Amino acid sequence: MSFFGMDCVRKNEREVERKLRANDREYNLSFKYATNAIKTSKYNPFTFLPLNLFEQFQRIANAYFLFLLVLQVIPQISSLSWFTTVVPLVLVLTVTALKDATDDINRHRSDNQVNNRKVQVLIDRKLRSEKWMDVQVGDIIKLENNQFVTADLLLLSSSEPLNLVYIETAELDGETNLKVRQALTVTGDLGEDIEKLADFNGEVLCEPPNNRLDRFTGTLTYAGQKYPLDNEKILLRGCTLRNTEWCFGLVLFGGPETKLMQNCGKTTFKRTSIDRLMNFLVICIFAFLAFMCIILAIGNYCWELNQGSQFIVFLPRQDDNAAGFSAFLTFWSYVIILNTVVPISLYVSVEIIRLGNSFYIEWDRKMYYARKDTPAEARTTTLNEELGQIKYIFSDKTGTLTQNIMIFNKCSINGKSYGDVYDYMGQRLEINEHTETVDFSFNPLADPRFMFHDHALVEAVKLENPEVHAFFRLLALCHTVMAEEKKEGEIFYQAQSPDEGALVTAARNFGFVFRSRTPDSVSIVEMGQQRSYELLAILDFNNVRKRMSVIVRSPEGKLSLYCKGADTIIYERLHQSCSKLMDVTTEHLNEFAGDGLRTLALAYKDLDEEYFNQWKQRHHEASTEMDDRESKLDQLYEEIEKDLLLLGATAIEDKLQDGVPQTIEQLSKADIKIWVLTGDKQETAENIGYSCNLLREEMTDVFVVSGNSSDDVRQELRNARSSMKLDVVEDSVFLTERTLGKSAKVVTDEVANGEYGLVINGHSLAHALERSTELEFLKTACMCKAVICCRVTPLQKAQVVELVKKYKQAVTLAIGDGANDVSMIKAAHIGVGISGQEGMQAVLSSDYSFAQFRFLERLLLVHGRWSYLRMCKFLRYFFYKNFTFTFVHFWYAFFCGFSAQTVYDEWFITLYNLMYTALPVLGMSLFDQDVNDVWSFQHPQLYVPGQLNLYFSKKAFFKCALHSGYSSMVLFFIPYAAMYDTVRDDGKDVADYQSFALLTQTCLLFAVSIQLGFEMSYWTAVNTFFVLGSLAMYFVVTFTMYSNGMFLTLPSAFPFIGTARNSLNQPNIWLTILLTSILCVLPVVTYRFLLIQLCPSINDKVMFKVRQAKAAPPPPTRRTRIRRTSSRRSGYAFSHAQGYGDLVTSGRFLRRPAVRSSGFTHVGRTTTGFSPMGRSAGYSPTGRPQTAKVPDVEVTSLQMYRTIKDPAL
Amino acid sequence: MVKQEQEIASRPDNTAFTQQRLPAWQPMLSAGIVIPGFVLIGLAFIGIGVALFVTSQSITVMELDYTGVERTSPCFRCSDPNVKNCVCQLDFSIASLFKGPVFFYYGLTNYFQNYRRYGVSKDDDQLSGDLDSFTSPSDTCSPYEYDSNNKPIVPCGSVANSMFNDTFKLYQIVNGTKKQVPFDGKGIAWWTDYNVKYRNPSVTPLRDAFNGTVKPLFWPRPAYELDPSDPANNGFINQDFLVWMRRAALPDFRKLYRRITEGDYAQGLPAGNYSLEIAYNYPVLSFDGRKKVVLSNVSWMGGKNEFLGIAYLVIGSLCIVMSIIMLIVYAKFKFPEEE
Repeated sequence: MSFFGMDCVRKNEREVERKLRANDREYNLSFKYATNAIKTSKYNPFTFLPLNLFEQFQRIANAYFLFLLVLQVIPQISSLSWFTTVVPLVLVLTVTALKDATDDINRHRSDNQVNNRKVQVLIDRKLRSEKWMDVQVGDIIKLENNQFVTADLLLLSSSEPLNLVYIETAELDGETNLKVRQALTVTGDLGEDIEKLADFNGEVLCEPPNNRLDRFTGTLTYAGQKYPLDNEKILLRGCTLRNTEWCFGLVLFGGPETKLMQNCGKTTFKRTSIDRLMNFLVICIFAFLAFMCIILAIGNYCWELNQGSQFIVFLPRQDDNAAGFSAFLTFWSYVIILNTVVPISLYVSVEIIRLGNSFYIEWDRKMYYARKDTPAEARTTTLNEELGQIKYIFSDKTGTLTQNIMIFNKCSINGKSYGDVYDYMGQRLEINEHTETVDFSFNPLADPRFMFHDHALVEAVKLENPEVHAFFRLLALCHTVMAEEKKEGEIFYQAQSPDEGALVTAARNFGFVFRSRTPDSVSIVEMGQQRSYELLAILDFNNVRKRMSVIVRSPEGKLSLYCKGADTIIYERLHQSCSKLMDVTTEHLNEFAGDGLRTLALAYKDLDEEYFNQWKQRHHEASTEMDDRESKLDQLYEEIEKDLLLLGATAIEDKLQDGVPQTIEQLSKADIKIWVLTGDKQETAENIGYSCNLLREEMTDVFVVSGNSSDDVRQELRNARSSMKLDVVEDSVFLTERTLGKSAKVVTDEVANGEYGLVINGHSLAHALERSTELEFLKTACMCKAVICCRVTPLQKAQVVELVKKYKQAVTLAIGDGANDVSMIKAAHIGVGISGQEGMQAVLSSDYSFAQFRFLERLLLVHGRWSYLRMCKFLRYFFYKNFTFTFVHFWYAFFCGFSAQTVYDEWFITLYNLMYTALPVLGMSLFDQDVNDVWSFQHPQLYVPGQLNLYFSKKAFFKCALHSGYSSMVLFFIPYAAMYDTVRDDGKDVADYQSFALLTQTCLLFAVSIQLGFEMSYWTAVNTFFVLGSLAMYFVVTFTMYSNGMFLTLPSAFPFIGTARNSLNQPNIWLTILLTSILCVLPVVTYRFLLIQLCPSINDKVMFKVRQAKAAPPPPTRRTRIRRTSSRRSGYAFSHAQGYGDLVTSGRFLRRPAVRSSGFTHVGRTTTGFSPMGRSAGYSPTGRPQTAKVPDVEVTSLQMYRTIKDPAL
Repeated sequence: MVKQEQEIASRPDNTAFTQQRLPAWQPMLSAGIVIPGFVLIGLAFIGIGVALFVTSQSITVMELDYTGVERTSPCFRCSDPNVKNCVCQLDFSIASLFKGPVFFYYGLTNYFQNYRRYGVSKDDDQLSGDLDSFTSPSDTCSPYEYDSNNKPIVPCGSVANSMFNDTFKLYQIVNGTKKQVPFDGKGIAWWTDYNVKYRNPSVTPLRDAFNGTVKPLFWPRPAYELDPSDPANNGFINQDFLVWMRRAALPDFRKLYRRITEGDYAQGLPAGNYSLEIAYNYPVLSFDGRKKVVLSNVSWMGGKNEFLGIAYLVIGSLCIVMSIIMLIVYAKFKFPEEE
């Protein structure tokens, strides 16, 4: 793998520019460009073993055990037989190797699948179907509709007019709106003529492989002419061809050199805070181990001096330099014996637990989204417990909180508001799935997916109310939407923004069907009548104007200007006569805005022919002006767009994802802070903030930071902070915390005197993120309940996350759906991708993915909390059981001359972690739950201990160690005292070493099993089976190992023959076991009981409540959405992108006949095309796309590269 | 229909396991369980403790140190390492019947049979009668692997080499005459040691198996002549050898030497004067060790051990005390209910 990578790097360094010739394989081969085969796998059958072992031994734990193994071979040191280390080590290595192997097999499989896809390649003047991996640089290939682009191509020709192709780049950058690529005319003329294409011998000189998706430079030399090449002529691997029958392309980059693959950089390996803590603790344990060994070595030195040197009668020393050297050897011997404090199985067990908990996430039906058939997916299996510690959530808005589906929800026409449904009593009804919808059957061209509930509006249309007609006529005329009518009556709209699409669709359903357009006309069907308006001018959008107008001439010859735009902007330009209407409409606008709707005001004006001609003349002059064209045009627009007559207003619902407000409420109850980072503008974002319960009317204040300079921003932030907390103490904010070896500045939480919200603008955010201001920003933002950052670039998203990570000792989670969220998803401790959308990038770089924002609640409050709880219980118990196990050796050292004599049988040492205690603790960590999911939702506060790291910390670890110290003393000294000078009931020996070992190990096993029982709060049948089974297993194995048969086969391996039979039939042995086990747990029970009584934790309280309510579980709370009555209004809400205006007037799109002859069938294009939804340029009025998934589409190429999740071990 | 199935193709299974709904018992440390539990455990422990204590009290033990450290000790003479074949005599009297069966132990203190390198210094293969190991003992036996003439030592190793070799004879003084108390040396080792773990090579006569080997350096006689009185009690299955080879866990230990089960002494040792004749061979003074003889009878709980009974009593009482404290705490600071 590394060789492979290095090769590439070296080659990249050498390649300064790329030269290739079409249809000339020999020439191109001389450059040794990479072929189109990709390789993401690491090993092959021969390299697997050495490479994998090499990798595994790079892990400190494995290397440590290898080192121990070496020590054990030295006879003077070896205090344990080799098998005590080899058996666990081999087991651990095997398990890991198996997992790596299955991972790699999966990668091989996916590589193969991608590499073996077929594509048509022009070889020897013929199109042949070839495998992807056989495609080479310089080949000409033919792509068809809905196919994936095979490699990075230079577009040569296409089926579409003007050599255009439409591509979807969702895989690459997450944007799902179609993009246009256009071939050079000179290559476009080649068409699909195979002969001509085969003769094509253009030479391309271009940049070397790189990962910039938006840039390409190169030249094409063909027939003596040079043509510049830019990104507009390039099809990148990973795109999908849409709405284009076929196209031909010349391969420029293949396989690993494509921009897609160059972008698939190594993802940084994320570690959880528990991981880091664990590593720290392991280092502490090493230090402690060394400390113990030193003590014992010193003990040995003293013993050798005082006793050992005299005991030589029966144990002669071979070497004379006795004490010092002996102490040195003893040190190492004890390193071997006490190695169990750093258990090798710890890491494996932790991985197994995480894997198990990841599976629970994937198996969870309540996180499965049936509509898109997407279950939740744990793409990373190593971060689970971190899910239980989230303190900050950074959320994207569009596609995450909202569905990015715009619904024409309400409107106000001529002072009358439409859209609400009232019952007989005049009460406004809640609209839900069962509310009767308006029947649009009178209109054959209506979009069946459009839904509207207020019958009054359709009645008004039918009654030919002139204002209502004007209203919809405006909506049908004033836009830049493109219509596509492939079959008579089946119209598809291509809109730049979903809002526009929603408006045009609304007009369509109410009988004003926009049908087609040419550069100078718009055809609409008005109430069944075909009418063509002459399009005289489009005064397009931009974000300064915040409005757009069209000037049209009706079939009757009437000149009109139709304008739609932000209400504030339109209101400034209205005629005085509208003032009364303005008041009513304003009221309606406020009402709409209060419901969180995006509003738009509509106005029109009739134009005077003469004035218009004169204006048009000036317009023409201005648009041909060389300098200052923009401002001159703006002035002209300003001039004509005045004295407008108000028609009304529209209200579009930016539909929230299901359950978003409830989820946010729950999460904030769990003390999780939610920051929304959106590319949207402030008003939109604020609105969504309100509608999803993030900002609330009850909040004391919502600060808006919109300063334009560093100083302004700082001042605004400071003001905000001082109003939240009157006494700002400047110096107390830094806590230098030494946690993980390196000191980090940590900003403590400050408590605000109320609930506050903060809204910060994009340009202000840029200032706020400067080094000098960032702390101010962080402190202020962290005091607020909710933070909304608008107009944020992807980079800034990541910066915000990094900022919080840097100064807060808190776990962050980023959730998003689009390519612009990738940076923050990667930056945060945990990244969550919304899957089931078209774009895959966010999901691909995420750690967890699911289909709906609301599943986040379950992910955190249930899965996360349980995972954290389980992991912490596991670690606490695991350290306890191993420390206890090990410390007994320490005490015994004082009674065996510090000779590194083990207390237990070697087989017991070998199997203790692997067999006798592995399953019970795994069972606990896989099944344990303090309260079930319903209760977890009921008491989100249960989440808080995780944020505060309460369940496992250095303190908890220290407590474990102390507890172990106590237990080990009990476990050694009780048997010691009970066996001192005692004999069997037939007078024979029972105080011998072997019996003592058996007694101690049995006591130990009972003690840790009972302790486990107290740790476990959820005893399933499996747990019981594991615990009892393991104890039974112990006895079975012990009696087997100590049996005659085993001894007779291998006398030196099983010297404990008969010990079990001879000592376990003694009542005093069993009384000792009972005493020891009870004495080990009694103080624990007492302590816990008193703790629960005196200062119960939140868990205790809830568990107590659960017990009380066991008879009648609480009804699941499904709160209905709280309707806000608010005075807020959205100033302006509309897509900010510039429209298609230029294209419309240039007529680029319009050459294609609107309706193709019905005899001509388009395979693969007629029905599906692509289904608009999610982030697409289309819009889906019902939120329900016709096809949930585009059928017949294979797994997309990028999906193939994603990390393969861990299969079951 | 098919379409619908496809749509839910990746829907997770609805089982109690995958949905984490396995039925479970959720115990809690509530007052209703903990306090009565403590009382019960306390009462049970006190009961056991009383039984153990009473039993332990009923066991008679008599310890006689014969190391000869004090000048007044009859064995002081023998404690000089230069004196060979020394026999000393220890007199004692028993006031009332020493109830039988009486077990005769020898005890050693400060003797580290549990020292690791001492403990590994033997060859299990050899001791289970493997003739190959006779000629080439395992190197774990070092330094008692070969003698100075490079002949293999059988049995090899420190453990065997250091076998206890004092011998005892017990006499009752009846009317001024010594009446020997018969010792029973059969079956004093574990059945498994005698029958399974240690075995003589199947060569008759046994001494042939030892051809080419030498006896352990400290031994007066080779292994096949350990018990001249009983030919079956020789080699590796000699009872005293077996007892010695089962090394002790702690530096102070006692090992069974003989049982007194026969003749007039089947019911125990009657009151009277006794004389113990010791063939003093084993040197312990160099490492500050002590040698002693212990006479003891046993009960169902084995030998005398007061610790266990007292521990049970103490812990049982502590449980009762704790349960009272808990009850007070519970009554006073009752679990806050609301919230």
